[in-house]
Amino acid sequence: MKKGILLIGLMIAAVSSLFIGVHSIPITDLFHLNVQQEFILWQTRIPRTVSLMIAGATASVSGLIMQHLTQNKFVSPTTVGTMDSARLGILVTMLYFPTASILTRSVVAFIFALTGTLLFMWLLQKMSLKNPIMVPLLGIMFGNVIGSFVTFIAYKKQLIQNISTWLEGNFATVTKGDYELIYLSVPLLIVAYLYAYPLTVSGLGEDLAINLGLNYRLVQLIGMTIVALASSVTLVTVGTLPFLGIIIPNIISVYYGDQMKETLAITAVAGSLFLILCDIIARVVIFPYEVSVSLIVSILGSLIFIYLLWKGVNK
Amino acid sequence: MYIQNVSKTYRQKEVVQEVNLKLSEHKLTAFIGPNGAGKSTLLSMMSRLLEKDCGDIYISGNEITTFKSKELAKKLAILKQSNQIDLVLTVRELVSFGRFPYSQGRLTEEDHRLIEEALHYLGLDNLADRQINELSGGQLQRVYIAMILAQDTDYILLDEPLNNLDMSYAAQLMKVLRRLVDEKGKTVVIVLHDINFASSYADEIVAMKAGQVVYHDITEQVIQKPVLDELYEMNIQVCELAGKRFCLYFNE
Repeated sequence: MKKGILLIGLMIAAVSSLFIGVHSIPITDLFHLNVQQEFILWQTRIPRTVSLMIAGATASVSGLIMQHLTQNKFVSPTTVGTMDSARLGILVTMLYFPTASILTRSVVAFIFALTGTLLFMWLLQKMSLKNPIMVPLLGIMFGNVIGSFVTFIAYKKQLIQNISTWLEGNFATVTKGDYELIYLSVPLLIVAYLYAYPLTVSGLGEDLAINLGLNYRLVQLIGMTIVALASSVTLVTVGTLPFLGIIIPNIISVYYGDQMKETLAITAVAGSLFLILCDIIARVVIFPYEVSVSLIVSILGSLIFIYLLWKGVNK
Repeated sequence: MYIQNVSKTYRQKEVVQEVNLKLSEHKLTAFIGPNGAGKSTLLSMMSRLLEKDCGDIYISGNEITTFKSKELAKKLAILKQSNQIDLVLTVRELVSFGRFPYSQGRLTEEDHRLIEEALHYLGLDNLADRQINELSGGQLQRVYIAMILAQDTDYILLDEPLNNLDMSYAAQLMKVLRRLVDEKGKTVVIVLHDINFASSYADEIVAMKAGQVVYHDITEQVIQKPVLDELYEMNIQVCELAGKRFCLYFNE
């Protein structure tokens, strides 16, 4: 029923996304495209739409996993320093291996992302915060510390321009040949789905999870590895997408609950749909120019985020 | 269940000191004693939630650390005092987690049967599809007990389950635990603060003070004025009413 509507919505949005852009490709011409139209479709439109779908799904599912791992609804890779740590990794590759391939960059970014996330989890455990609002705050502070370190180094080494490309998610530059790494997220999402039940059990908290015989530390590590890998891949190919990882899982949770086995797929679909819609807005709002999709995601996302916080506080 | 020479030190303070204890099977044993006596710490060690510094704990003849966590979860269940689950789950979903040690999430016919049985046993039939964040504290506590019941273990350990429950819910819960022992032959170990609950429902009482077991006997032997006065360092009056002993510990 409702799940079906989301899926149909995603399909419609994805198809519309293919036919919106500076160069007009009317959908009616689909079966008799000229050479140039065909080139644009395959070279930029399809890569863009596909990467939007994957990035949206990945960001929201990563958020969903992080929320279960920390038992906190306001946590996502962008609020616990995962993304900032990955960016530090990219800076390191730019400084020391300037000719590194996109794959090497992702691997280094992944190592930094995982280390950063583990460090945050360790801090969280040491501090045992009573107030759930404090957890994302600690995460944002932690992320900002790493972020300002990145900015400082980048400034010193005159890499600010380069590094800021990774600050904002941007799909305008996605073209055939340099975005394919994002496909790596698909098997990661499948692994997450296979692991959904243990991840939900770990969301019950350490004591209950151990009582149920779950290897809590191992599941935490697997969950964080999935998130760090997926985040690094997304960061390297399209950039950071703020808020997506928080708002989508929270909205889905209101309607479908928190049994991840039931909600993971729908969270992924909703994330893709939301991101494609934001991207369409970003492309038409000052047509024929476009704004960064991050901007649209931030505006809509921050409003929804404040609303969710408000509702959470008044519960 | 045997406990042999078990100790635990926290920041140079020995919270549990060389405890030796043999708990009776198929009985309801209550742990009582003043705050900081080490009751909860001992319970956590008995259920491998907390690592012990030294000593051994045996259940059905085997030391608990030799069990695989999943296997132990089929023998022993623990419920700690604070379970703040910030998840939107239905009562049935939460109770279903009790079957995790057996089916790892792929529920079988047998699992479903035991889940429904646990729900029914705790009178949760008509709450089964409600969300847990809509429940009262007493109802939620019953849901946790149902989960532990679905876990189908011989041993059930509970750390202050009556906290935040009103008198009616607390008494109801104790009756359920009593039934688990009498009807299903479970071994229930429970940390209690209110000695009157211990006096009314427990078969045996373990009294702890400053990290040590000071008494372990059947309830009638422990609920005695000299014993309790010394244990709590208070003036406690013990009186009998309708065949049960009651303790009056309000300062006059």
